Amino acid sequence: MTTTLTRPGALAASGHPLVRPDAAKHLTDEQVEELGRELDAVRDEILAKRGATDAAYIRRVIKVQRSLEFAGRGTLLFSKYKPAWFAGTAMLSVAKILENMEIGHNVLHGQWDWMRDPDIHSTTWEWDFVTPARSWQHTHNDLHHRWTNVIGKDRDVGYNLLRMDPDQPWRPFNLGNPLYNAILAPVFEWGIALYDLEIPEYKEGLKTKEAMNRDLKAVGVKVVKQFSKDYAATPAVAMLTGSGKQALYGTLAANAIRNFWAHAVIFCGHFPEGTDTFTEEEVEGETRGDWYVRQMIGSANISGSKFMHLMTGNLSHQIEHHCFPDLPSNRYAEVAVKVREICTRYKLPYTTGPLPKQVGSTWAKIFKLALPNRTPKAATA
Amino acid sequence: MIRLKKLARAASALTTPLTPEDFLALFNPVYSSRQLRGVVSRVVHETEDSATIYFHPGHGWHAHKAGQWARIGVELDGVRHWRSYSLSTAAGHDPAITVKDAGAVSHVLVRDTKPGDILFLAPPQGDFVLPEHPRSLLMLTAGSGITPVMSMIRTLIPRRPDANVVLINSNSTPEKSLFREELDELADQFSNLTVRHWFTSARGRLEFTAKTIADLCPDWRSRAAYACGPEGFLNNAEELWQREAALETASTMPGLSSGAGTQAATTGTLTIERFSTDLLTGAGHDGGLVTFEQSDREVQADGDTPLLDIGEDAGVLMPSGCRMGICHSCLIPLRAGQVRDLRTGELHNNPGQLIQTCVSAAAGPVNLDL
Repeated sequence: MTTTLTRPGALAASGHPLVRPDAAKHLTDEQVEELGRELDAVRDEILAKRGATDAAYIRRVIKVQRSLEFAGRGTLLFSKYKPAWFAGTAMLSVAKILENMEIGHNVLHGQWDWMRDPDIHSTTWEWDFVTPARSWQHTHNDLHHRWTNVIGKDRDVGYNLLRMDPDQPWRPFNLGNPLYNAILAPVFEWGIALYDLEIPEYKEGLKTKEAMNRDLKAVGVKVVKQFSKDYAATPAVAMLTGSGKQALYGTLAANAIRNFWAHAVIFCGHFPEGTDTFTEEEVEGETRGDWYVRQMIGSANISGSKFMHLMTGNLSHQIEHHCFPDLPSNRYAEVAVKVREICTRYKLPYTTGPLPKQVGSTWAKIFKLALPNRTPKAATA
Repeated sequence: MIRLKKLARAASALTTPLTPEDFLALFNPVYSSRQLRGVVSRVVHETEDSATIYFHPGHGWHAHKAGQWARIGVELDGVRHWRSYSLSTAAGHDPAITVKDAGAVSHVLVRDTKPGDILFLAPPQGDFVLPEHPRSLLMLTAGSGITPVMSMIRTLIPRRPDANVVLINSNSTPEKSLFREELDELADQFSNLTVRHWFTSARGRLEFTAKTIADLCPDWRSRAAYACGPEGFLNNAEELWQREAALETASTMPGLSSGAGTQAATTGTLTIERFSTDLLTGAGHDGGLVTFEQSDREVQADGDTPLLDIGEDAGVLMPSGCRMGICHSCLIPLRAGQVRDLRTGELHNNPGQLIQTCVSAAAGPVNLDL
């Protein structure tokens, strides 16, 4: 008995996409294949090394994060005293950032599944973020990571709200591009929760009513829990010391700070100058090597200190993360050295820069694309 | 208790999506909302390659019966591994496992465990336990097979003067014999325990025949027997009891229907605890693509590797237990496809059927509901 399983999105074993992206035009099929083999080898090397030190790393980060969260929320209970408000809000903000980025995002990618610890596993983890982990895993792990930057397939290009690529048709609505982005930043988690509901897909008939109801219910439950924790339970307990209102401001501030930060880092992943977007022809017939190429030329890194990398959840190594989404995040720094060397050797762009530069570049694009394209892009069809 | 639960529920409003236990774990690692843990309290080295590990289990553990085993999870190079070990302490006492260094997991347990370490646990289970009503017993053990029997002896001998136990304990040398001194002391102190050591280095393999057993324990036929040890040892014992049962059936068959009077002459029951199962691996069967549907993982599997190993290596959270097909902790519903039972070679392909992943391998494509 042989069953042919239909595997949508399966990569071709050999050959090349209908059109190879401009930045990789100079490479032959054989070169791309060799590049794929080299990157596979980089991955295998890490898999062979992965072990007790990596497990100790994630447990340490989780411990620090929980201690900060515990201390931060505890300190906010006395936030009628100014120093307590500042200290509590700061600790809670850092805790929330770590929780979402270095822990949540990466655990939900399955980066730590190899430990077989049910407490730190992609199928059991839930995070301190409005969107339910399972909904996010679908739009992020399945759709965005598979179809990175493919216009028409990866809706992360602008999240159905912003015009982030000249190939996206201009509408008068896009005039508000910078305004929408400014409004989105402090409430980023709510934007993502709304985005993960896949309302356009539902309207287009690509998502069933049952699936929609299921997702609405899940997000509804999560909203109530998240909202009551930060904006009802914590202030209510703080009222015992007469700090109710200040505690509410503290949790509001912590969530806003986390949202600003997450928004800034995530927008630096694929939108700065130098990152490419792709047409459907450019992915049709793509091999593993071409998939790697697309991940590398469609992503951008952020340079900075070790602390910076930790606070971005190592999304500052976006290129490496997109090549190997399920390698433990603490390994991306050493992987980056090799990936960069490979890019140099194959004459592929490797986009990176400090945070302010990358954020500036992203905002410049958001302003520019609020207006129609000045010179129509050469038709590729 | 109920008030505590309510309190925890109220506190979870402040900790969601985590639980209050997740934060309590910062102060005491035994706390977990998801998995039972224990803290190692003492490690006693028994022989040169074995140790007894005492631990304080967290909430969710229940007291063991003498002879039961528990699943113990330890980490090897950051990866969680589970094995089953018999509990060696008396019922009603703090639990402890006695482990012989015989594999990767037991090696870590014997050599590297120290007080304060965390063990992952599952509550005690198993049917290798003392009979409900007291009667004279015969214990047959070899090597680390003494472990569950030690728990039985420690439970029974000091507390029940009406108990009567003969232990035949086979080991290669006196030095490698677990609990030897304690057993001798107990036998000296209590007349209801008789210990017969058998050292294979001096006397060769202990072969179970009616004669060898009768030499060691003349009234063996009237005793309820318990055996624990390696596969060959147990098979050998099982054969003797089967032979005896067959002889009796043959001799009583032609006569009058057996009444209550014949019971005493009948050979007693033999209860067995196995440590391992022979699997039909290496037969070169075809495997297939294994799909873990809920976990969204696909792996190519050969026809000899248990699906449990396949899943674990793919990072799927597989439920697991004895790893030898007896405890049924690893059951997963089959969604589609076919698996082969590695003990019997039998094929299973009914959708919805529960598969013992520790003793089943892919026989063609397999979809599992996990």
